[in-house]
Amino acid sequence: MRIEARTEISKTMIYAAPIIAVVLTMIAGLALFEIMGRNPVDALYTFFVEPVSSLDGLAELGVKATPLILIAIGLSFGFRANVWNIGAEGQLTIGALAGSTLALAYFNVDSPLLLPGMIFVSALGGMAWAAIPAFLKTRFNANEILTSLMLTYVGLLILSLLIHGPMKDPDGMNFPESRMFHDAALLPNLVEGTRLHIGFLIVIGVVATAWVILGRHIIGFQIRVIGMAPRAASFAGFSQDKIVWLSFMVAGAAAGVAGIFEVAGPLGQVVPVISPGYGFTAIIVAFVGRLHPVGIFFAGLVMALSYLGGENAQIEMNMPNAVIGVFQGMLLFFLLGCDVLIKYRLRFM
Amino acid sequence: MQPLLSLRKLRKEFPGCLANDDIDLDVLPGEIHALLGENGAGKSTLVKMIYGVLTPDNGEMIWNGKPIGIETPSAARSLGIGMVFQHFSLFEALTVSENISLGIPKELASSGLDQRIIDVSKSYGLPLDPHREVHSLSVGERQRIEIVRCLLQNPKLLIMDEPTSVLTPQEANKLFETLKRLSSEGVAILYISHRLEEIRNLCHKATILRLGRVVSDCDPSRESARGLAEMMMGSDLTLPEKRAVNEPGPVRFRVSSLSMLPKDPFGVPLRDISFDLRDGEILGVGGLAGNGQTELMDMLSGESRSDTPDVIVMEGKPVGSLGPRERRGLGLGFVPEERLGHGAVPDMTLWENGFLSAMGRQGLMQNGFIKVGKSVDFAVSVVHRFNVKTTGVDHNASSLSGGNLQKFIVGREIEQNPRVLIVLQPTWGVDAGSAAAIHQELLDLAANGTAVLVISQDLDELFAVSDRISVMCEGCLSEATPASETTVEQIGLLMGGHQHAGENMEKAAS
Repeated sequence: MRIEARTEISKTMIYAAPIIAVVLTMIAGLALFEIMGRNPVDALYTFFVEPVSSLDGLAELGVKATPLILIAIGLSFGFRANVWNIGAEGQLTIGALAGSTLALAYFNVDSPLLLPGMIFVSALGGMAWAAIPAFLKTRFNANEILTSLMLTYVGLLILSLLIHGPMKDPDGMNFPESRMFHDAALLPNLVEGTRLHIGFLIVIGVVATAWVILGRHIIGFQIRVIGMAPRAASFAGFSQDKIVWLSFMVAGAAAGVAGIFEVAGPLGQVVPVISPGYGFTAIIVAFVGRLHPVGIFFAGLVMALSYLGGENAQIEMNMPNAVIGVFQGMLLFFLLGCDVLIKYRLRFM
Repeated sequence: MQPLLSLRKLRKEFPGCLANDDIDLDVLPGEIHALLGENGAGKSTLVKMIYGVLTPDNGEMIWNGKPIGIETPSAARSLGIGMVFQHFSLFEALTVSENISLGIPKELASSGLDQRIIDVSKSYGLPLDPHREVHSLSVGERQRIEIVRCLLQNPKLLIMDEPTSVLTPQEANKLFETLKRLSSEGVAILYISHRLEEIRNLCHKATILRLGRVVSDCDPSRESARGLAEMMMGSDLTLPEKRAVNEPGPVRFRVSSLSMLPKDPFGVPLRDISFDLRDGEILGVGGLAGNGQTELMDMLSGESRSDTPDVIVMEGKPVGSLGPRERRGLGLGFVPEERLGHGAVPDMTLWENGFLSAMGRQGLMQNGFIKVGKSVDFAVSVVHRFNVKTTGVDHNASSLSGGNLQKFIVGREIEQNPRVLIVLQPTWGVDAGSAAAIHQELLDLAANGTAVLVISQDLDELFAVSDRISVMCEGCLSEATPASETTVEQIGLLMGGHQHAGENMEKAAS
């Protein structure tokens, strides 16, 4: 058997592939549940339908989708320009820590400026963390995949350091947790009685803005040209280094803001684990969404559902936590498989 | 005689374009058969189907009397069909024999390959040293590798896509001898070229394509080059009118003592290059590819920059350290050699590709936002003025045939009325009619005062447009001489450089 390049690539299939990948994931999921000795139909219902069959469930979907979409949009700028920032998780963590520092420094100060300030400082924090791989890439041509990924672990250790030290709640019986944020430092809720916060609205705004910038603004144009034809970008006079910096700054800011949205939203305080891997899952979201803001929005909802479904399956069916990762992994696997078959065909000798 | 290959009603359609419409073609054994047509007439599509790169939608291919389907290039090769592409697929860091062994079946690549390379290359007059690394070879020698690679597989049909566009006149003559020898041994050759004179001298038969159809067959030696061009176009050919030599105006663009080490390890260093471009003047720079033209182009466009700004002075302003956008802002236009991926983004639409170089001077941007309507209008005007065959400016650049894209890229710069225009290979792969139109536009541009630098391997082109001609060889630029005071032969010898001068002398003497 050989793999050979197709001479013509179907446009339709490029957009159909994410949907096919979702369907294949479902089918593989059915088989998986069958092998595990569960009723597959029930399991799929528990996984994909039950979590969103209530208002509360839908709100939770928004809560989980918010950081995923936000980070994925940020990453997509870089991915389109062939800048491979894998370290959004670390940028999220440092961003969250920066914003939280502000919240805790002004503990019990009731100012309407506090929340915007926190968001701003978080963005700066994420950007600062992203600046390191950007600098190493533009100055020393260091591979950004390695540097950004390794910095993620540094970032998580800094979180650990702070939460066991200076950020620890003085009245918290030595638990590694910060004080609960006061109301002025918390994101207002969108729907009473749920955890859906205004971050979701901001994300919708970000999706629209990113759409316009990528499609119609010179910045998006440069990103696309550099990604598709680096030499044509140099012909046009676009600077590769500037775009590397821009990509990292956009991604860092988005991840940082996503981090403070978690802390000032559903969590309400700094805890040892701020994100269940949103920074990594967002990479899948970006690609399932075909690096297009609107695609990313829907991909984010699908991925959020896999988190909710996995949790529900743990509660209802006693499934292991790993089932979330398995489903996310299968989705990416099938998508990449479809992509290979779009560009290549198998030939049986 | 039974044809070696017959095509019957071969048809290939791409979205929005019928590339081949019921093509009938017979190629006899030993025949050198020219395939003629304007850009986008369907020549490349047709040979790609014969070589198994594309599959026809409909129709029949008959090989030695038997209907066949050719699914892949390797199937084509095992039938005995070889192809030499316009763009070589060679690894610069590997040796000749390593490169050859990569492109042939495993059985052939076994021991003794080196000796067979030497035998084949000698007997066909294509001397090659199997142990040389490719980066140290001239373009002509690289082409020999591709030809020898085909010959090792004993082809019955050899397809050649514009083989002479990269050769000096002397090298081209050598190639013709090889092709005639192959033909006398019964190998059929399907030959694509835009150089009509060489087709008249070399080919036994010509099939002329227009808009995807066969419009006529002829014996090219009985037609004039002009007649062939008119058959291709279906209308009269207007050759560019060379104006009387202009009074030299003031210097508009000056390069002085430009030296530069290449960024690429296999690149060519530029050595002390100096020239002046005057108002309304066209300076032609000849030379074989790989003698520093690309490196010079990068320096002139600003894609590579110099630390000393005044090595390049444009209208009194030192620009050597400015980037392409700033230089464009001052009125510089330039056309790089590679169309896809350098001059144009393959997966972007034509209007976006128009925007790529015209955004600044044409005001296609407002507060950083792309003015889509105006950009589309700009692209449409280029398409109309330069007769680019496309189904619309919202199609991707990669959907255009090579020559049509070239027309768009050159047109995009001319349409902006630059103060100084620098073009590398302006009519590379462009058909006679369109090439004449591009030449005319260059002459008109110069007549209106623009200083034009044309870097080209095509000597006919240089003589058709240039006021003065100089030659690049191994990173040096020769003194420019007025075009009226030099000849194709003299320039050809300069192109061969010191290394090959002796060889050429011998040939001239024999």
